[in-house]
Amino acid sequence: MSAMPEMSRGVEAVHPTAGTSPEVVLSVSELSTWFALRRFGVFRVGDVRAVDGVDFELRRGETTAFVGESGCGKSSLARTLLGLHRPTHGRVVFEGRDLATFGRAEWRAFRGRVGFVQQDPYGALAPFMDVRRILSEPLIVNGVRGRAERERRIREVLSEVRLLPVDDYLGKYPHMLSGGQQQRVVIARALILEPVLIIADEPVSMLDASVRVEILTLLREVQRARNLTLAFITHDLSTVRHFAERISVMYAGRIIEQGPVDDLLDDPKHPYTQALLAAIPDPLAENATHDRVLPGGEPPSLVNPPAGCHFHPRCPALIPGRCDRDVPTEVEPTAGHRVACWLHGPGTGA
Amino acid sequence: MKTAEAIEHGTGTTAGGVAEEPLLRTEGLRLHYRAERGVVRAVDGIDLSIGRGEAVVVLGESGCGKSSLTKALLRMLPRNVATYSGSVWFEGRNIMSLDDETFRREVRWVGISMVMQAAMNALNPVVRVGEQVAEPLRVHRGWSNARALERAAEMFDLVGLPSDFLSRYPFELSGGMRQRAVLAMALVAEPKLVILDEPTSALDVLTQANIMNVLKGIKARLGTSFLLITHDVATSSEIANRVALMYAGQFVEIASAARFFSAPSHPYSRLLMASVPRLHDPRPPIHIPGQPPNLLDLPVGCRFASRCPSRLAACGDPPPVRRDAAGNVSRCWLEDGGGGSVARDPR
Ligand SMILES: Nc1ncnc2c1ncn2[C@@H]1O[C@H](COP(=O)(O)OP(=O)(O)OP(=O)(O)O)[C@@H](O)[C@H]1O
Ligand SMILES: Nc1ncnc2c1ncn2[C@@H]1O[C@H](COP(=O)(O)OP(=O)(O)OP(=O)(O)O)[C@@H](O)[C@H]1O
Ligand SMILES: [Mg+2]
Ligand SMILES: [Mg+2]
Repeated sequence: MSAMPEMSRGVEAVHPTAGTSPEVVLSVSELSTWFALRRFGVFRVGDVRAVDGVDFELRRGETTAFVGESGCGKSSLARTLLGLHRPTHGRVVFEGRDLATFGRAEWRAFRGRVGFVQQDPYGALAPFMDVRRILSEPLIVNGVRGRAERERRIREVLSEVRLLPVDDYLGKYPHMLSGGQQQRVVIARALILEPVLIIADEPVSMLDASVRVEILTLLREVQRARNLTLAFITHDLSTVRHFAERISVMYAGRIIEQGPVDDLLDDPKHPYTQALLAAIPDPLAENATHDRVLPGGEPPSLVNPPAGCHFHPRCPALIPGRCDRDVPTEVEPTAGHRVACWLHGPGTGA
Repeated sequence: MKTAEAIEHGTGTTAGGVAEEPLLRTEGLRLHYRAERGVVRAVDGIDLSIGRGEAVVVLGESGCGKSSLTKALLRMLPRNVATYSGSVWFEGRNIMSLDDETFRREVRWVGISMVMQAAMNALNPVVRVGEQVAEPLRVHRGWSNARALERAAEMFDLVGLPSDFLSRYPFELSGGMRQRAVLAMALVAEPKLVILDEPTSALDVLTQANIMNVLKGIKARLGTSFLLITHDVATSSEIANRVALMYAGQFVEIASAARFFSAPSHPYSRLLMASVPRLHDPRPPIHIPGQPPNLLDLPVGCRFASRCPSRLAACGDPPPVRRDAAGNVSRCWLEDGGGGSVARDPR
């Protein structure tokens, strides 16, 4: 249970807690999404390895936060889970079925079962549609014919996201709403087809601090009330503890550490996770008196990523000859907490 | 207490009871816009001072008037100005009374420079970064190209960019590097005061922390004063000597960083601090219910009253501005902002 099989990648994830934990809604194995990099738009000169071999699963009623630096592949991963990119390698399995086998009807059903909250609330809503129209659209597309039925569901979901009184909002256009209210409408739209899974790409990063907390609290409440599975992308680690069960930390296309929130935040294993956490200030006046210790350098190119562990050029704990050569084996120091780092790898005794 | 704090936190020049003339001081600064349905009171009577070498952070929710305040300070006005009044004293003279030409020549860039909100995305895509950083020196100081570029290289060094990046184009830099380049541009003419409008909001945590380290370094090495505008309370603590919290066009509290982050006095400040997530705090952050008032239609009394948990009957009238012995300011009817210290332990 403590260590993964000896192969570094390409091994089916072991589910040590499978007997007791809730059912898997979505699982991903060896997933890679590479984009062709072309010169002059024609010659393929390489690949952008936006997602580069990730394994995880999302379980019913759980919220997983995906964190990582800009450009590490979070949105590419989200879009692959949504079927918007075809994986270069590996599989996305939703409710037991591989997305690669889906036909038209399955895709339509999938769109109803998986909701998407996209990053930019200001660009997410068509400016010429009022709230009623924005929320009617997915219902119409999914064959909800009766006007009265649509109206009932729209009112229900608006009160669920607490845009109250509902009558005040039905006729409003996006520009008449605050950023937080717009994001509630976006969430309502993601909820209206009663999905089992919601994927939210930085649902709050454009919003004020207090509104962020408000929207995350709302998402959390709805997720619990409906027993939804939620995956959200964020680069704000300080909020994650209260709004997720699990965290996956991404670096240069890979998940380098994943685990239960408290475990991962209080006892991070990977030097990159440790660096990320050390970069986050609590609001204390003393912060102004000293520099924050940060890893040097920049995230690597995804076209020619460093050999071995992608983080090794910036890593304060680099093991020469190892980290710069071999991709670390994922190990599981405590139940459900997995880390891909040679410091914790088998045979290092560290 | 003020003195002790100031020394402890390295404010240096602002320490001491008898204040020397601050670098910048505003009095009753107002900037109102004309809109279809009335007048938007975005900056509505701002009294603020910034000492030499001091970093003042302006916090506040989206739309409360933070960017408008920077526009009022640097006279970057849109067409639909309804009111622009008050005074701004900078190095002892009222720069509000300067004509536009003098203001442009003597104040902008060389006295006060600014990194505008989203400036890193506003770099000219077809001009090399070094040229852009050197431009204020050519335009405002009349320097030769070579000399200006040399200085730009020094600035690159200061903000932690390799000097061979001078000849790169903006798209060849990451977001954090572009932000550093924009910062280098703001510093190149050696202004006394740099205004930064949300300099890190679009960046991820490591880059954010990195930029804050750069700012701390500049402050320590050059003694530059900063006015930093943000809605990110935790990040603001990385540089703040003092914090001014803005609400609906006015400041509701101005306090030393030590005071603001641990025991702010205004009810809005307290709620704001309780809404800040902390990495190792088991208590969840709590959002502030309600919404700020419409700047077109402000209440006569306290602008925060409709959301205030400590509301009194008196709050229907404009609240007094209280100033304590240490210079902390609070705009509230409650003597101490509602009693007790903040709910959260600062540690
Ligand atoms: N459709 C695409 N074609 C080619 N390259 C792409 C495509 N989508 C993303 N990329 C590249 O893949 C890498 C990862 O991008 P992605 O948007 O997934 O990162 P991210 O983690 O979401 O970043 P951010 O935090 O900035 O949103 C980037 O280098 C990006 O330029
Ligand atoms: N030129 C203008 N004409 C009319 N109203 C304006 C103009 N510029 C800004 N406003 C309004 O003035 C108010 C304050 O805007 P400002 O941009 O100063 O806010 P802010 O605090 O910087 O917000 P944010 O945090 O979102 O950047 C807002 O209600 C805004 O809509
Ligand atoms: Mg993204
Ligand atoms: Mg602004």
